[in-house]
Amino acid sequence: MTALLSVQSLGIRFGAVRAVNDVSFSAKPGEVLSIIGPNGAGKTTLFNMISGVYQPSQGRIRFDGADVTELLPHQLAERGLSRTFQNLQIFHQMTALENVMAGRHLMERRGILSDLFGLSTTRRHNRETKQAAEALLERVGLADIAHREAGGLSYGMLKRLEIARALACLPQLLLLDEPAAGCNPVETEEVEGLIAQIAHEGVGILLVEHDMKMVMRISSHIVVLDHGEKLAEGRPEEVRGNPRVLAAYLGVTEGEEETADALD
Amino acid sequence: MLESFLQFTFSGLTVGAVYALVALGFTIIYNASDVVNFAQGEFVMIGGMSTVFLRQDGLPLAAAAALAIVLTTVIGILLDKLAIARAKRASVLSLVIITIGASIFLRGAAQLVFDKQLHRLPAFAGEDPLTLMGATILPQSLLVLAGAAAIFVGLWLFFNRSRTGKAVLATANNRLAARLVGVDTAFIMALSFGLSAAIGATAGVLITPLTLTSYDVGLMLALKGFAAAMLGGLGNPFGALVGGLAIGLIEAFGAGYVSSEYKDASAFLVILLILFLMPRGLFGKKTVERV
Ligand SMILES: Nc1ncnc2c1ncn2[C@@H]1O[C@H](COP(=O)(O)OP(=O)(O)O)[C@@H](O)[C@H]1O
Ligand SMILES: [Mg+2]
Repeated sequence: MTALLSVQSLGIRFGAVRAVNDVSFSAKPGEVLSIIGPNGAGKTTLFNMISGVYQPSQGRIRFDGADVTELLPHQLAERGLSRTFQNLQIFHQMTALENVMAGRHLMERRGILSDLFGLSTTRRHNRETKQAAEALLERVGLADIAHREAGGLSYGMLKRLEIARALACLPQLLLLDEPAAGCNPVETEEVEGLIAQIAHEGVGILLVEHDMKMVMRISSHIVVLDHGEKLAEGRPEEVRGNPRVLAAYLGVTEGEEETADALD
Repeated sequence: MLESFLQFTFSGLTVGAVYALVALGFTIIYNASDVVNFAQGEFVMIGGMSTVFLRQDGLPLAAAAALAIVLTTVIGILLDKLAIARAKRASVLSLVIITIGASIFLRGAAQLVFDKQLHRLPAFAGEDPLTLMGATILPQSLLVLAGAAAIFVGLWLFFNRSRTGKAVLATANNRLAARLVGVDTAFIMALSFGLSAAIGATAGVLITPLTLTSYDVGLMLALKGFAAAMLGGLGNPFGALVGGLAIGLIEAFGAGYVSSEYKDASAFLVILLILFLMPRGLFGKKTVERV
C-alpha cells in the first residue's frame, strides 16, 4: 500500500534550539503509527508541523500524493487531515454538540442567501450536520452531555469531545496528541477501542501517547524520538527490545517506572 | 416637562445609535483578532466626508453614499492586509498601537485629500420635523435609528445563520481550533475589518445631515463608541447596542438637565467608572481559563 503521509528530513529550529531534526517516516491508511519519546522529545512540535501550525525550517511533507509542506492548517483540513491537541483546543463558549458541528464546517457548502433566508437546502444541511454530530457524540460516549457548554466539561470528556470534532470532517489522516492523558482507566480503554475502530475504517492514525501498554497493543508501527531526532523505528516488538530506546526512557525520571515496565 | 424628556430621549437615542454602530465595529474586530481598533472612528469620518466630496463632484446622493461605503470598506481591508496581518508575531498591544498610528495617518490623509472645513449633507428624507407629544423628531433621526436596527438585525442573521458568520464566531472563540476545522482565519480577519469599516461608514453617512462632519470627527466618535463597547462588555454585539444607546442617553440627559458643556465628559466618566467598578461591562463574557 502506498503511503498516505510521508515526512522527509523534517526539522524546525526555535532560535538556537533544534526542536526536531532530520526526522523521516511514512504512514499508511488504516494503520496506527505511534510517535513515542520522553517529554520534550519533539512529538507535539512534529504534529504542529504536519498539521501546518508551524512551518518547518527543513524537509518536506507529502500527504495524499501532494507536497503539502507550505500549506496552512485550514488547507490541510480541507484535504482531509485532522487533529487533536495535547493541551486541548476547544470552543469553550459553545455546547459539546456545537463543537462537533463546527468540525463539519468544511463539509457545508451552500449559498449565503439560502442561509440568511432559511431556505430548505440550508434547513436540510443543518439537520444533516446536527444528526452527524449527534452520532459522533454517541460514538465517543458523550451523547448525554450534548447540550452542555464545553467550558464546564471534565478534562476526560473534553479529550473525547475533541476526537469527535476531529472526526466530523471525515478525515483521511487523524493526528491524536495524548488522547488518553487525564482519562481514568475506563475512559482510556474506551479511547483505545475507539482508535482501533477508526483505523479499522481505513483512516490513517498518528498517535502520541504516554500509556505504553496501549501504544504496544494498538500500533502497527512505532517511531521513537529523543531530543528531536529519530532514535529508532519499527514494529512494537522491535522497538520494545531496542536498547537505545530503553536507555532514552531510563534517562528520564518522570513516568520512568511505568515506561520501563511497559517496555520490558 | 414630558416634552423636554421626550426630546432628550429622541436625541439621545439618535446619537446613541451611531455610538452603537461604532461600538459594533470595535466588537467585530476585537472578536476576530483581540485588537481594539482605534481607527474605527476614522471609518465613520471617511464615510461621511467621501459622501460629501463625491456629491460635490456631481454624483447623486445615493450613489455617493454607496461609493463612500465601498471605499471605506476597501480602506478597512487594506488596514488589515498592509498593517495588521503583516505584523504576524506582534503582540496585541503592538497591534493596537498600529491602529492608533493608522488613525493618525487617516486623519492626516483626510486633511490633504479633502480639507479642514466643516461639511454637511442634506437630510435624505426632507428637513420637516415630525411632532410627537410636543417633542420634535427629524426624519433623518428616524433613518439613523432604522439604519442601525437594520444593521444589527442583518448581522444577527449573518452570525447565527450563515456558514461564514459561524466561522467568525468560531474564530472569536478559539482561533487555533477554528483553523484546524478548516476556517481560513486570515480571510475572517480581512472580512471583519471590511465589515467594521462598512458599518462605520454607514454610520457616518447617516449621521452627517444631523451633526456635520470634518476630517477630525473620528477621534471623539471612537472614544464614545469605545466607552459604549466597554459599557456593554467588549466583544458582545448586544452589549454594543445597549452600551451605545446608554451613552447617547446619558449624554443627552446630561446636556439637557445639567450642562451641555460637559456633554463629552460623560463618555469619559463612563469609561473610568467601568474600568474601576466592572471591567467586564454589562454583558461581558467570563474570562476563559487557559488550559
Ligand atoms: N513555539 C515554540 N517556541 C520555542 N520552543 C518550542 C516551541 N514549541 C516547542 N518548543 C520546544 O521544542 C521542544 C519539543 O517540545 P514538544 O514538541 O512539546 O515535546 P513533546 O511533545 O515531545 O513533549 C521543547 O524543548 C520545547 O521547549
Ligand atoms: Mg507533547
